[in-house]
Amino acid sequence: MTASAGPVSGSAASGGGAQIRAELLRVDNLVVEYPGKGFRAKPFRALTAINISIGQGETLGLVGESGSGKTTLGRAVLGLAPVTGGKIIFEGNDISRASRKQRRVLSRDLQVVFQDPYTSLNPALEIGDILAEPLGVQGKSPAEAKKRVRELLDQVGLPSDAIHRLPREFSGGQRQRVAIARALALSPKLIVCDEPVSALDLSTQARVLDLFLQIQKDTGVSYLFVSHDLDVVRHISHRVAVMYQGEIVEQGPADFVTSTPGHPYTQRLLLASPVPDPDRQEKRRADRHRLLEVQRMQNEQAGVLA
Amino acid sequence: MTESVETSALTPLPGTAGQTGTVVRSHILKRLFKNPLGIIAVGILLTMSLLAVFADVLAPFEENFANISKTLADPDGVNILGTDSAGRDVWSRLLFGARLTLLSALLCAGVAIGIGLPAGLIAGYYAGKFEAMSNWVVSILMSLPGLIVLLTIRAAFGPSVWIAMIAFGILISPSYFRLTRTTVQSVRNELYVDAARVSGLSDLSIITRHIFSVVRAPIIIQTAAIAGVAIAIQSGLEFLGLGDPSKASWGVMLSEGFKNVYLKPQLLFWPAFAMALTIGGLVLLGNAIRDALEDSEKIKHRKKPVVKGTTAAPAKTRAERRSVAAVDVGTEHHLLKVTNLGVGYPQADGSVKKVVDDVSFYVDRGEILGIVGESGSGKSQTAFSILGLLPDNARIVAGSIQFDGNYTVAPGDERVNQGRLSKLRGKRISYIPQEPMSNLDPAFTIGYQLVTPMVRVLGISKAEATKRAMKLLSDVGIVNPKRTFDAYPHEVSGGMAQRVLIAGAISCEPDLVIADEPTTALDVTVQADVLDLIRELQIRLNIGVVLVTHNFGVVADLCDRVVVMQNGRLIEEGPVRDILRNPQETYTQTLLGSMLEGKEPMTMLVSSSPKGAAS
Repeated sequence: MTASAGPVSGSAASGGGAQIRAELLRVDNLVVEYPGKGFRAKPFRALTAINISIGQGETLGLVGESGSGKTTLGRAVLGLAPVTGGKIIFEGNDISRASRKQRRVLSRDLQVVFQDPYTSLNPALEIGDILAEPLGVQGKSPAEAKKRVRELLDQVGLPSDAIHRLPREFSGGQRQRVAIARALALSPKLIVCDEPVSALDLSTQARVLDLFLQIQKDTGVSYLFVSHDLDVVRHISHRVAVMYQGEIVEQGPADFVTSTPGHPYTQRLLLASPVPDPDRQEKRRADRHRLLEVQRMQNEQAGVLA
Repeated sequence: MTESVETSALTPLPGTAGQTGTVVRSHILKRLFKNPLGIIAVGILLTMSLLAVFADVLAPFEENFANISKTLADPDGVNILGTDSAGRDVWSRLLFGARLTLLSALLCAGVAIGIGLPAGLIAGYYAGKFEAMSNWVVSILMSLPGLIVLLTIRAAFGPSVWIAMIAFGILISPSYFRLTRTTVQSVRNELYVDAARVSGLSDLSIITRHIFSVVRAPIIIQTAAIAGVAIAIQSGLEFLGLGDPSKASWGVMLSEGFKNVYLKPQLLFWPAFAMALTIGGLVLLGNAIRDALEDSEKIKHRKKPVVKGTTAAPAKTRAERRSVAAVDVGTEHHLLKVTNLGVGYPQADGSVKKVVDDVSFYVDRGEILGIVGESGSGKSQTAFSILGLLPDNARIVAGSIQFDGNYTVAPGDERVNQGRLSKLRGKRISYIPQEPMSNLDPAFTIGYQLVTPMVRVLGISKAEATKRAMKLLSDVGIVNPKRTFDAYPHEVSGGMAQRVLIAGAISCEPDLVIADEPTTALDVTVQADVLDLIRELQIRLNIGVVLVTHNFGVVADLCDRVVVMQNGRLIEEGPVRDILRNPQETYTQTLLGSMLEGKEPMTMLVSSSPKGAAS
């Protein structure tokens, strides 16, 4: 699969395929465990032996069902989830146990867009203050920050009078633009996107995806794009990793994984997503039932053998 | 209403909700002063504080200046409120007393805040050992008998108001601690706090910027109450004679007055009056601030019953008269028919905000109708008006709904005919909700929640209903019905919970099922299973289904016919193949164009440049 990157546009891809991309983030054998509830309870293992890597200007799509650990992986990269074992290497440095001070330096290069645009913005702060916050942490003067905030609003397609408005005055899609603008404020190298379009309407989702693509084209930023929707991931990613019960069961170039899935779960996932045409959907439904039947028989046989 | 926010998504940016310009927090102050109680409270407290501050200037005498020759005198030109048993001027003592009393209340609240607030912030934000430890300390403080401690302190340190109030402040600090900790815990895991962490903010700035603002309002309200309590406690101690007799305070005056209650009852009245006024002012202020902080929308709700009282009565009689009216000839065979339906919400300014406008469609037996639209399109409001589950303040402003040849909303009705509908609902019309988990009561087993409605609606025995519930659970594809029957909702997965709700929806053999985004909250693989289930049941039971969704894939999978809604209006209607393959209206085309399926990856979906695009 040499065409792994697909028809990528922009500076990052001008060198050719994904193989040449300089590595930005590597996750080695990552394990995340949460302490169990109660005395001497067994810890809950959210992630088991995760290995992924993201190149510069590349998007890695992370797909899986709820509880599969895809959000936890994103949070571990951001330092919001406890790393029990393994390494997270960002630009050659191990950041799996970064201190608060190191995190502050890292925040220039590593940012986040959360799923829920309603709770990811502080309802009491004006948009301008929300966007200026990361700039202030990095020691930008208020005047500089204000200038940058205007640029950002322009970049994400919001009017400049949004500065003095409160989050509640915006619709979901507009709030998500604010959240994207906040992530972009420091011109990061990697943005962790945790289901950033799941809470949005269909047409809004399309516009926000466009914005993500446009920003990547303009700035060469990399994304770790977490979503439960295979269609979304296929649309925006160079490579796709499929998570199932805390493990990555399959990863590879986006068009390859989404057209010829190898793992039984990926196969089920692919056929479960309905297509907007009654007759094609009927066919897909039949395919899915056939696949489930085959997998059931395989499981039975495996059970007999074991 | 989320509707108003969401519809703005479809209008161009400059016209979006809200006005330009700065939104300042003075809103709260403004609302406080709109409230008569707020004005009264602020007025009282301001007057009291001014009197206390300028006591030196306003008081004609020193607080302890005694004119032995003029004891227990009646009010006159010199002593405007008279004198006490030692010949001291009551008015002057009242003024100096105000200063001492208010200052001591402030000290008490200050000490309590000084200890409770930081401890609560730290315990709430970091949790862990500090929280465990402070909870111990708090429990000990709260189990101490306050009055006895105060008496002991008085015995040990002498009759100082200040020491007593510091001690009382410490004793009462747990109330601030608990309030702060609970409030902080509720926002600690908000995404915006996570976002601030990712931005590299220090814990201190996160707490001051993002967390403290949440605690501020409850603290102010709490302080108003605590200051009142402090005044009462302090005066109580002094009334018992435990105060400092060399200082004028309301409590000391009260104690004095009580000794001479038979000779001069006014001596008791004035300090009691001052205290009642101040404490009342503090309580009112707390209430007024709380009202001001509440959403303005809640105020609107309170106004609504007034409107209802005037309009509902005639509407009802009309409804009763018309409910017997026959439906239009030639439409009886439709299972459900909605004709020119309009649903609106009366606004505070007297206008009616329409969320559903002129919507007509029908559903036949054995047919699945899809209602498609984005949030704010009115699709759920339409579904709820069929079910008669609209909020109390909603009005049917136009049109009619008929079910199986009878009106549930007759033409001209203002509200759904509940008498008629409650007989149908659950029995002939049932509902599959969007959020399976929040539609099951966590306090009861799944079995109980399935059996109870069957016993009530079908009038069968409990044993029979149990047998039936087991059968239903296995019908909806649950492998071990007994285990699910005995389980509590939190013990099953979301997909399983949705199966249970579907079992509940078909338990009373309905003719029509309204499914409001039945698979939106589920994983894709689970969604496929649930869609299979709905299709299979629909064919087997030959029921009509109204499926509300925003997902064209779901539409393609299940529906026979589709209506597309936007901003409360019906945009397009037709058989599923026509709508999905050959949409006539631009809005439908836009929606279908937003689908990702079959698109070239990494290409722009709607625009060549996202700039200026409204979302």
